[in-house]
Amino acid sequence: MEPLAITDAAGAAYVTVASGAGVIFTGDNLTRLLSGLGTSVTVAGLALIVGIPLGIVLGALRILHNPFLRAILRLYLEFFRIVPTLVILFLSYYILPRELGVQVDGVTVAVVAFGLWVAAEISDIVRGALISVSDHQVDAGKALGMNGLQILWYVRIPQSVNLMVPATINLAARVIMTTSLLLLISVIDVITVGQQIMEANRMTHPDAAFWVYGFIFFLYFIICWPLAMIAKALEKRAKERNNG
Amino acid sequence: MFNLKKIAAGVLAAATLISVAACGNGPDPAAGGSSASGQQGQTVEQIKKAGKIRIATFGDLPPYGYVKNDGTRAGYDVALGNQVAKDLGVKVEWVQVNADGRVDSLKSDKVDLVLANFTVTDERKQVVDFASPYMKVSIGVVSPDKAKITSADDLKGKDLAVTKGTTAETYFTQNYPDVNLQKFDSKTQQFQAFKDGRVAALADDNTYLYAWAKDNPGYTVGIKTLGDESTIAPAVKKGNKSLLDWMNNEIKTLTDDGFFEKAYESELAPSFTSDIKPEDVIIK
Repeated sequence: MEPLAITDAAGAAYVTVASGAGVIFTGDNLTRLLSGLGTSVTVAGLALIVGIPLGIVLGALRILHNPFLRAILRLYLEFFRIVPTLVILFLSYYILPRELGVQVDGVTVAVVAFGLWVAAEISDIVRGALISVSDHQVDAGKALGMNGLQILWYVRIPQSVNLMVPATINLAARVIMTTSLLLLISVIDVITVGQQIMEANRMTHPDAAFWVYGFIFFLYFIICWPLAMIAKALEKRAKERNNG
Repeated sequence: MFNLKKIAAGVLAAATLISVAACGNGPDPAAGGSSASGQQGQTVEQIKKAGKIRIATFGDLPPYGYVKNDGTRAGYDVALGNQVAKDLGVKVEWVQVNADGRVDSLKSDKVDLVLANFTVTDERKQVVDFASPYMKVSIGVVSPDKAKITSADDLKGKDLAVTKGTTAETYFTQNYPDVNLQKFDSKTQQFQAFKDGRVAALADDNTYLYAWAKDNPGYTVGIKTLGDESTIAPAVKKGNKSLLDWMNNEIKTLTDDGFFEKAYESELAPSFTSDIKPEDVIIK
C-alpha cells in the first residue's frame, strides 16, 4: 500500500507542476511571449538609440553659462521627470494626434515618447558628471589653449564618463521595464501576452499566473543582467584608464 | 539663480495646466471629420475601400474577448467582430485595449468599432455612439446548492459578499438595507470569503457569476437578474452615422438569422453552467 501511495502523491505533484508550467509551452505561447519580449526590447532599444545622443548634446549644453538655454533645458528635464510616463504615452497616442489631425502608430509613439524621456534623464546624468570634473583640470586645458569644445572632448568627457555609465545602464533597465505600460497604447508587449495566456487558461490552469510571471521575470533577468555586467566592465576600464 | 528657478517653475505649471486642459477637451468637431455633413470617423465605404476594419477588443476576458494558446482571438465579442468583417467583405485588424482605452481609441480614430463588453451608460452615450445591443447583463446572486437563495427577500439579516464600487454594492445599499453587506476590495477576496462560508451568498454581474459557478461545482446562480438590466452594445465614434446605421442594420439581420444563438452556443455556453439559457444573456 505504502509505495503506491507515494507514487500517487508524487504523480499528483508532478501533474500540478506540469500543468501550470506547461501553459508556457502550449500552442504558440512560447513564440508569442518571445515576440512580445522582442517588441519590448525593440522599443526600449530604439528609444535609447534616439535618446542617448540627444541627451549627451543637451547635457553638454547645460553646462554653458547661458541662463535662457539653461532654463529651457531644465524645464524640459523637469517636464519628463514630473509627468508620469503613462500620461506622456496617453497624451502622445490619443490626445496629440486628435488635436493635430495626424495618425501615428503605437510603436512610433512609444519610441519617440520614451526617447524624449531618455534624453531628459541622460542630459542630467551627463551634466552632473561633466561638472564633477575639477576646475583645475579645465583651467589646465584653457592654459594649453583649448577651446570650449576641445575642453569638453579631451578633458571633461574622458574624466567623467565612468560616472555616466552606471546611471545610464540603470536607466536602460528602467526603460525596458517601463515597456510594460505599452498595452495602454495597444502595443502588445511581453506582459500583455502573459496576461492573455493566463486568462485564456484560467479555467484549466488556475496556477498559470505563477509560472507565466515567473517566466517573464526570467526573461527580464536575462535581458537586464548582461547590462549590469557591461556596466561593471566599462566602469572598471574607465577607472583603470583614468588612474593608469 | 533663484529667480530663474521661479520662472522655470511658473512656465512648467503653465505647461501642465495646458496639457491637463487638453485632456479635458470634449470631442473636437473638426478632428477626423471627412465631410461637411458632420460625418465623423471612417464611413462604411472608406472601410470597404481600405479593405480592413479596426476593432477594439479585450484580450483578457474569456469567454467574451481573449487570445487562445495558438495566438488567435476568440470569444463572443470576437465572433461578432469576425462576422461584421465578413459581411463588410473586409479583414479585421484587432486592437487590444484596456477598459479605460475604449472611449479614447474611438475619439482619436485609432479604431472604427469597439466590441469589448462595452456596457451602455448615459455618461458613455455623451462621448460615443452605441449601436443596437447584442447582450444583456444585470446583477445576479450566487449561493451554495444546499442553502440556495432564490429571491432578494431571502437575504434579509444574512451576510452578502460584494466588491466595492460595483453596481451590486450600490443596488443592495439602496434597495435592501436589511441585508448585511460584506464589502471586499477585489473579486478574488469576495469569492474566497464566499467559498470559506463566511457569507451566505455573493452578488456581482450575472454574466461573470455564470462562468464562476461553472468552475465551482456546488454553487448556483439562484437569482439571475436583479434591478435594472443593462445592455452591451457595439460602439462607434460619436457622429459616425454611416457605420452606426450599418451596424444597427447588421445587428438586426444577425438577430433575425439566429447568429447570436449560434455564437452563444459556441462561445459562451461551454463556460456557463447548464441551467443558463441563451435568453438570460442574448437579446431577441
